[in-house]
Amino acid sequence: MIDTVENAEATPGQEQPYRELGLKDDEYARIKEILKRRPTDAELAMYSVMWSEHCSYKSSKVHLKYFGDTTTDEMRSKMLAGIGENAGVVDVGDGWAVTFKVESHNHPSYVEPYQGAATGVGGIVRDILAMGARPLAVMDPLRFGRPDAEDTKRVLPGIVAGVGGYGNCLGLPNIGGEVVFDESYQGNPLVNALCVGAMRVEDLHLAHASGTGNKVILYGARTGLDGIGGVSVLASETFDDTAGKRKKLPSVQVGDPFTEKVLIECSLELFEKGIVAGIQDLGGAGLSCATSELASAGDGGMHVRLDRVPLRATGMTPAEILSSESQERMCAVVEPANVEAFLEVCAKWDVIATEIGEVTEGDRLVITYHDEVVVDVPPRTVAHEGPVYHRPIQRPADQDELQANTPDSLPRPAKDELLALIKTMAASPNLASKKWVTQQYDRYVRGGTVLAQPSDSGMIRIDEETGRGVALSTDCNGRYTKLDPYEGARLALAEAYRNVAATGATPVAVTNCLNFGSPEDPAVMWQFEQAVKGLADGCAELGIPVTGGNVSFYNQTGSTAILPTPVVGVLGVIDDVRRRIPTGIGAEAGETLLLLGETHEEFGGSEWAHHVHGHLGGLPPKADLKREKLLGEILVAGSRDGMISAAHDLSEGGLAQALVETCLIGEVGARVFPEGDLFTALFSESAGRVLVAVPRTEEQRFVDMCTARRLPWRKVGVVDPESNALEVQGLGELPLDELREAWEGTLPALFG
Amino acid sequence: MRVGVITFPGTLDDVDAQRAVRYADGEAVPLWHGDHDLKGVDAVIVPGGFSYGDYLRCGAIARFAPVMQEVIEAANKGMPVLGICNGFQVLAEAHLLPGALTRNHKLHFVCRDQWLKVENTSTAWTTRYDEGAEILVPLKSGEGGYQADEDTLKELEDNGRVVFRYVGDNPNGSRNNIAGITNARGNVVGLMPHPEHAIDALTGPTDDGLGMFLSLLDTVVKA
Repeated sequence: MIDTVENAEATPGQEQPYRELGLKDDEYARIKEILKRRPTDAELAMYSVMWSEHCSYKSSKVHLKYFGDTTTDEMRSKMLAGIGENAGVVDVGDGWAVTFKVESHNHPSYVEPYQGAATGVGGIVRDILAMGARPLAVMDPLRFGRPDAEDTKRVLPGIVAGVGGYGNCLGLPNIGGEVVFDESYQGNPLVNALCVGAMRVEDLHLAHASGTGNKVILYGARTGLDGIGGVSVLASETFDDTAGKRKKLPSVQVGDPFTEKVLIECSLELFEKGIVAGIQDLGGAGLSCATSELASAGDGGMHVRLDRVPLRATGMTPAEILSSESQERMCAVVEPANVEAFLEVCAKWDVIATEIGEVTEGDRLVITYHDEVVVDVPPRTVAHEGPVYHRPIQRPADQDELQANTPDSLPRPAKDELLALIKTMAASPNLASKKWVTQQYDRYVRGGTVLAQPSDSGMIRIDEETGRGVALSTDCNGRYTKLDPYEGARLALAEAYRNVAATGATPVAVTNCLNFGSPEDPAVMWQFEQAVKGLADGCAELGIPVTGGNVSFYNQTGSTAILPTPVVGVLGVIDDVRRRIPTGIGAEAGETLLLLGETHEEFGGSEWAHHVHGHLGGLPPKADLKREKLLGEILVAGSRDGMISAAHDLSEGGLAQALVETCLIGEVGARVFPEGDLFTALFSESAGRVLVAVPRTEEQRFVDMCTARRLPWRKVGVVDPESNALEVQGLGELPLDELREAWEGTLPALFG
Repeated sequence: MRVGVITFPGTLDDVDAQRAVRYADGEAVPLWHGDHDLKGVDAVIVPGGFSYGDYLRCGAIARFAPVMQEVIEAANKGMPVLGICNGFQVLAEAHLLPGALTRNHKLHFVCRDQWLKVENTSTAWTTRYDEGAEILVPLKSGEGGYQADEDTLKELEDNGRVVFRYVGDNPNGSRNNIAGITNARGNVVGLMPHPEHAIDALTGPTDDGLGMFLSLLDTVVKA
């Protein structure tokens, strides 16, 4: 029997499995208080999933507020939509608006790597589409456990194939991302997916369900039993006698990129025809989320007829239909006069479209199933007024000990070991070439890709006439963040900012994906609070706003939390992509190598300490954001005036790694002459540094600019097109063939 | 020069093929999979992607699309037709070109800049190249391994119908390192790599691919 509102009123004492659905006693009590009766099964399903940590941000909300508090009007001036919308939107000039966001799909990807990663890509792409934009490119910051662990051989190839399988078939270029290994991710890999899209400013669509009488149309794939997750508890109760006969489907959703590609083109045609009044994608929490969010964002109520939803399984209960996370679905609000035209476009693309309800007067979300009312709620209580927790916060007891355990006492290599160390580090899994991964991703489709991995940032052309484009980079060093969450988050921001500037683009906006352990652990909440503060304060210093983001808690291997991993994505604008700065040297004859910024002895959390000594302790490098800003301005000015022929940011592995990469990517040799303590010069990870190649004819003009603007610089070498080696004065030379074998050989040796 | 570019549901590189036609001073005419006529075009490109999701077998459904019946008829009468990647798979399924494309031998999707040797410069699509020229264009496919029986391979090799051959290590297990072939008449060409992604060094590895679209211009002007 279907549990109707009438039935709920008649049976106030009926026991409900709210605990199995993840609701706490007081949360359940609050639902009863809101409804003034017990919830129906369908309502319980909606509240439980919408009030989950993932959908309600109940542990993070009080902290995320800080992003808004620290964003000034000036920082907001280019922002067309911000936190709270499906994705942030930024005005990038020439009448273009760009929207971008990164989201996590960590837990499903551990259970089922291929589908978990694939649907992670699919979900973020629909978020971007729901803003009215054409999705243009994707990026994937990934974290894995030990590279040589048996389970990593299951997880990594599956996730990479899933990201590629979905994105390639969807027709979006993959232009960057990260692959990082650390033992803490062994039982909890991180799959973050970023998508960027563009639209004309006037075409921005926000999720609204205004206008009484407007129709609610569900279009895209049919709704099935996949991705129902916890709500199956309700099914087994309701269908006690038939439970054994029902096909149990995995709680990880299954993606169909072909359907999504068609959905994109169909939606864009609908937008172009101007027949969409409001739009919302169906992602986590499926129809529960879409209907309650659309209704709360509008000015009226909504009536939805669940029996009209096209299904691909028989015997689904209302609760299941509402909770299903079947992929590739969208929900639109359409004026009655436009419904026919809407359905025509969908028919052209063979997309199933069904009118499932309408916007009503009043302020209730009423959902019926064969004319029986199964949901009758104030939509805001579902979508926006969920519980808010002030979780206890406690700086970990061992934080002082961790910071006191500096890398100073680690044995340093002798001078005659340094050359070999360059090669060893280049071959270490975190620094090694990620070509094995990225060559499984299409980076060319749609013809707008100007830069892609292994460049510092991905860059996409938006306007073929003017050449306007955007650059994107995501970064985070979890070891730095572990040592000092505040500084670690600022460092992640600094690096992403620097990466964008290193391609000649001006950084304008920030998104984030905050991956942390359990919020019920006060130490984790301390990391979280510190990281949010660090990131927000950093953004204020740089003058660029956070436009959106995502929080993923409960990431842990056994009972041990992952390294705190606030992945930061920075978006930059370039008025003409033809002046982009490449990462590889050798594009012009006769280049000088300059190191911009200052090098200090900073090895806390470094790749050297990690790879050579398995050490994590001390303090991370210092981030000087004023310096980063100046560095960014110099790089953009240099690019504008054609003074820079290549640039590569210094990060993990220091100058040595930057040199190896710039030579190998450019396929030319170089002679370098580092000064001071050679180990520090080559391997320190001081922030705020970029290696640039300048044509000899521009050298004087460029260094004069740096000097005038007080940016420290030092000549560290010359590009040698005739040489096939990286020569380090005083140490000897490393043939490029040998370096390439070291750099590119690691991942294939591990993963086949 | 008016060049039709087909879009099936799931086609991805149609915008790229259209752009390449424009770069060669041609007019790109979009053709929809359900169309029953070719709108008077001089040539047709079947672009890359995953037509109908390629869930059955690459190109196996697309060959039955209404527009393909028109393409088959026109190709048999001599119209220049180019199949790129999924388009090559479609042309093979439609029997406009012999052989079949199979899963890459290492089972991974491969996206990389690939050197090709141009071995036939007399097809409708390759006259602008020097024989033996080496060009660098993107290859991006999961099922690019060219397979054919011995007789077919001999027929192709003996008659100069291998148009492009992979240089260096074989990226996908193709027989005889074959990257692209033509029909006996030389008007239909299919290849796995993507010349339309190499028309501008800004967005591709080179502009080596543009030669194919300029060759077509010559062919159409002469005809």
